[in-house]
Amino acid sequence: MLRFVGVRLLQSLVALAILSVVVFVLARTTGDPLHMILPMSATEEDYANARAYLGLDRPYVEQYLSFVARAVTGDFGTSIRARRPVSELIRERLPNSLRLAVFAMTVSLTMAFPLGVMAAVKKGSGVDRVAQVVAVLGQSLPTFWVAIVLVEFVAGRLQWLPAAGMSGFSSYILPGFTLGWFVVAGMMRLLRSGMLEVLDSEYVKLARVKGVVEHRVVWVHALKNALIPVVTFAGIYFAILVTTAIVVETVFAWPGLGRLAYEGITSRDFPVIQAVVLTTAAIVAVVNLGVDCLYAVIDPRIRYAR
Amino acid sequence: MAAEPAGGALALPDVAAHPAAPAQGRRWPVISITIITVFVLVALLAPLLGTADPYAQSLRARFRPPVWEVGGSWTHPLGTDRLGRDMLARMVWGSRVSLAAGVVTVLLASALGAVVGLVAGYYGGRVDAVLMRVTDATLSFPVILLALILAVTAGPSFLNVVIAIAVILWARYARVIRGQVLTLMELDFIAQARLAGAGAGRIIGRHLIPNTLNTLVVLVTVQIGYVIIVEASLSFLGAGIPPPTPAWGSMIAEGRDVVTSAWWVSLFPGLAILLVVLAFNLLGDWLRDTLDPKLRQL
Repeated sequence: MLRFVGVRLLQSLVALAILSVVVFVLARTTGDPLHMILPMSATEEDYANARAYLGLDRPYVEQYLSFVARAVTGDFGTSIRARRPVSELIRERLPNSLRLAVFAMTVSLTMAFPLGVMAAVKKGSGVDRVAQVVAVLGQSLPTFWVAIVLVEFVAGRLQWLPAAGMSGFSSYILPGFTLGWFVVAGMMRLLRSGMLEVLDSEYVKLARVKGVVEHRVVWVHALKNALIPVVTFAGIYFAILVTTAIVVETVFAWPGLGRLAYEGITSRDFPVIQAVVLTTAAIVAVVNLGVDCLYAVIDPRIRYAR
Repeated sequence: MAAEPAGGALALPDVAAHPAAPAQGRRWPVISITIITVFVLVALLAPLLGTADPYAQSLRARFRPPVWEVGGSWTHPLGTDRLGRDMLARMVWGSRVSLAAGVVTVLLASALGAVVGLVAGYYGGRVDAVLMRVTDATLSFPVILLALILAVTAGPSFLNVVIAIAVILWARYARVIRGQVLTLMELDFIAQARLAGAGAGRIIGRHLIPNTLNTLVVLVTVQIGYVIIVEASLSFLGAGIPPPTPAWGSMIAEGRDVVTSAWWVSLFPGLAILLVVLAFNLLGDWLRDTLDPKLRQL
């Protein structure tokens, strides 16, 4: 088990290293950030000064190495636009994103579990039909459109909830729901199909024959194995959640990492882009690592394969 | 599993409650096919449909409501936008962008992913390990982040959107195809083909590809809808198809600030996306149930 974790950890680090190169190259190959910062009237000399000041005149390899050396210690340089340390910006925004993500995840899981399991148990019933509709809509509705419609009706016309920004619990509801919507649909589908398969298996039948109470058969015996596909996909869903967060945070003016990424990219703020992408990737990698370990615990077959 | 004492009467397993094949899964998904056909025809025949010029601005006819609302007229059946451009025409031309982005991206990604999956699954060992690490790293990278970087560094364009999405999306195909190939490689007929002297090219081309085709078709269908949504999200964020080209995502963005007074500007493109994606997803579900019931969701 320890070896398994060690190997996976090493793989994550290699992936992160490759990613850092990709991000660095992509952010520099095209477009000059100085065009965005300096006024139209700037002379050649101004450009040269700014370039030297920001360290953009050094060779790319040198820029990259110094970037990595500092990034390891948590120093991502200074934001070109905000003129503040990027690590400070990240530290400010990251908790907001995490809070929103945790809220969205909690909402989606509390919806997905009962719905997915009941849909499988009562296949073809009303619950199942509702579940199917939720699943299909969840994957077909564009997040940003849902966000706009919600803002207009729930926040605008009905004035029930705040439309944007972060202020107290009520401001979590709209963005959290929008963010969780896709995950609810996916998780629920996985649970339903997993449960259908497991409920049909021999060991579940045996449990029933032995006289185990039905709700115990469903929620303990069957659910345990139906969870395996859910855990497998949890990492991918987390990556999707992070992606969706950029759109959701932009629409709801949520002061999180996603919005920081959007702002950084629209103003070509290299240090910010690098830091956000790497932070996000590191978080995704850690979550994936956790998921893999959890997976190995639930399903011992994984540990010995490969 | 837990050894429960058998209390009371024996509860017999309710086999009838879980019929093996749901009857409704076999019926043709007429609605999906109809919706997709209509949208494809509209996209292909856009120049022949006789709609207004999607680029023609008219400052006098700004924010005209759809025909059934007070103040609407048949000149602009779905109303006009901020610049007085005909919504219907923009919707029609926007369908080209969405469908083309969906189809081109998915074809590109599936071709690349299938090659990686086939090679990794066939050769195994170190090749497999390296390719799968790359695949995993790619899978965990948020698509929109890459697309945003690309859009800002290389400028927003149709091609960049396609590349940004395809560069990430192939990994999903590679994962699934590799898994299938691994299972296939255990089967006797591959060993027999080897014994008969078939080389790598023949085994992959003649035996592995045909046997993974069903999975590929299912995946492609399901993913078209996903790509359409991602493209629309990018256009919405201003990192997709650049204006003034009509694209559903950017149309929604344009209507965002006026949603209270001119709801039609963002409502109709949203509905169009919903309809198309819904149709592709339902068709994909049906294909999966019919062709490849074991495939779960990806």
